[in-house]
Amino acid sequence: MLGTRELEINLGPQHPSTHGVLRVKLKLDGETIVESDPVIGYLHRGCEKLGENRNYIQTEVYTDRMDYIAAINENLVYIEAVEKLLGVEAAPRAQYMRVILAELQRIASHLVWLATHALDIGAMSVFLYCFREREAILDLIEGYCGARLTTNAIRAGGMRLDFPDGWTGAAKDFCDEFPARLKEYDTLLKTNRIWMGRTKDIGVISGEKALSYGITGPCLRASGVNYDVRKAMPYEVYSEMEFDVPLGSVGDTYDRYLVRLEEMRQSRLIVLQALAKMPEGPVMNKVPKRIKPPAGEVYVVNEGPRGELGVYLVSNGTDTAERCRFKSPCFVNLQALPELAKGHMVADIVALIGTLDIVLGCIDR
Amino acid sequence: MATTEPPEENGSVEQAPTSAALDRLLAAMPDAVVESEFQRGAPIARVAPARLLEVMTFLRDDPACRFELLSDLCGMDLGMVRPDGERFDVVYHLYSVEHSHVLTVKTAVADGTDAPSVTGIWLTANWHEREAFDMFGIGFAGHPDLRRILMPDEFDAFPLRKDFPLEGREKDHGYWRQPGDDDRYTYVAEPPEKK
Repeated sequence: MLGTRELEINLGPQHPSTHGVLRVKLKLDGETIVESDPVIGYLHRGCEKLGENRNYIQTEVYTDRMDYIAAINENLVYIEAVEKLLGVEAAPRAQYMRVILAELQRIASHLVWLATHALDIGAMSVFLYCFREREAILDLIEGYCGARLTTNAIRAGGMRLDFPDGWTGAAKDFCDEFPARLKEYDTLLKTNRIWMGRTKDIGVISGEKALSYGITGPCLRASGVNYDVRKAMPYEVYSEMEFDVPLGSVGDTYDRYLVRLEEMRQSRLIVLQALAKMPEGPVMNKVPKRIKPPAGEVYVVNEGPRGELGVYLVSNGTDTAERCRFKSPCFVNLQALPELAKGHMVADIVALIGTLDIVLGCIDR
Repeated sequence: MATTEPPEENGSVEQAPTSAALDRLLAAMPDAVVESEFQRGAPIARVAPARLLEVMTFLRDDPACRFELLSDLCGMDLGMVRPDGERFDVVYHLYSVEHSHVLTVKTAVADGTDAPSVTGIWLTANWHEREAFDMFGIGFAGHPDLRRILMPDEFDAFPLRKDFPLEGREKDHGYWRQPGDDDRYTYVAEPPEKK
């Protein structure tokens, strides 16, 4: 008679499927996961401390480095918080530019998610296709601000520069080409029995439980809860845009895939609408060179590609924040991993980390 | 620091802001709310730690409030701002998906005392409270698993406290800081000799 016992193993921190430096302590019974405990902090750089010791303009640079897959969304939420503290608004044209860039960035971020998620589960070709399209978006972003990842593109009061000549045309070309590409991925995956088998009914979470865990973004909407900050508390010019918020019904890995795929289509529609509606005019409102907001505090949330990005700024009347807090959706979503993984096979943990769409830079800050 | 001042008049506030959720809380539990105010149009209620769990349960379950989502929980070091009062604030940002409204709740905690843990009300509070403990050393009574989350387990200070030095400490992770040439530091295993 052979004795059985629980086995404790480590996944990561240096493991390609953990999307960075995530370590998960797994307790296994055979191949079944009994317990899992994510260990984070390997990428902790103290962005909040830096935000309390650098002035408001300098701190924007650190927001790029948090969620480096979707830097523009991080820039945007931080600058919105600064603007709200200052009591200024962005120039009308700049608001459309922000929406265009943020939605392009959302598509790029979802493409990275789809690419790596599919790669983790064994669909290698999708990875190569997705990175091709993402490259096109990064070229657009580079064409606007000169950087591919660490954009630092947005300023309090608007944008530093207008789009260069021919940029809007290139963006439109990308949008025209994109639906056919999306169909390619969908066909590649939906007719793939392995993909379907490894995503359907894996990591099911109910809407109520997801809310209690604080999960936001596509992961929450896949569980059927209709909460999208762009609709619930519209910022910039999202109230003028027509788009649907896709919702899932089961709340499994496959639903989260469907929701994100549809979000890419909707983001493309938003980009096209914003390009058509964008007025002429200056891109910058008058804002003091030295940003010294009056004392007070704001908590601003935006819809990032991974969920609700939050910035809590407390001003003490000087040019440095008294408290600078970054709420990361990845941090919150990852917390539900033990709940999702319980009872699944050890191979599924890779699919589950992928489906939560985490970026360790955003988690550890 | 303006947590106790009325909202700034800077042109962005057109009319007096209102909040149905804050009104409801004030009507239902007038003695639990120490102080309430609006900051840039957003409602903020300050609650004594002893009544916090009661207030939070009410805010989540009351049909007129229904704050199902704890959007964020963070600590704040007010040691320099409020030298005579409690050193820390714990700040809770709540959101209601049903009513689409927000409320910020704050509670003051003195150094060395615990705030009540809200993990029983929102599961998401677990990691947020661990982070507040890790960064500020704020304890949470009733937390199921209060240990460090971002910093290494053996770390013995709280980095987001205002008195934590930016340039690093004399001794960190078991190593001593030794000033080298051109303003740089090296870290050595033996304590450097005092000159």
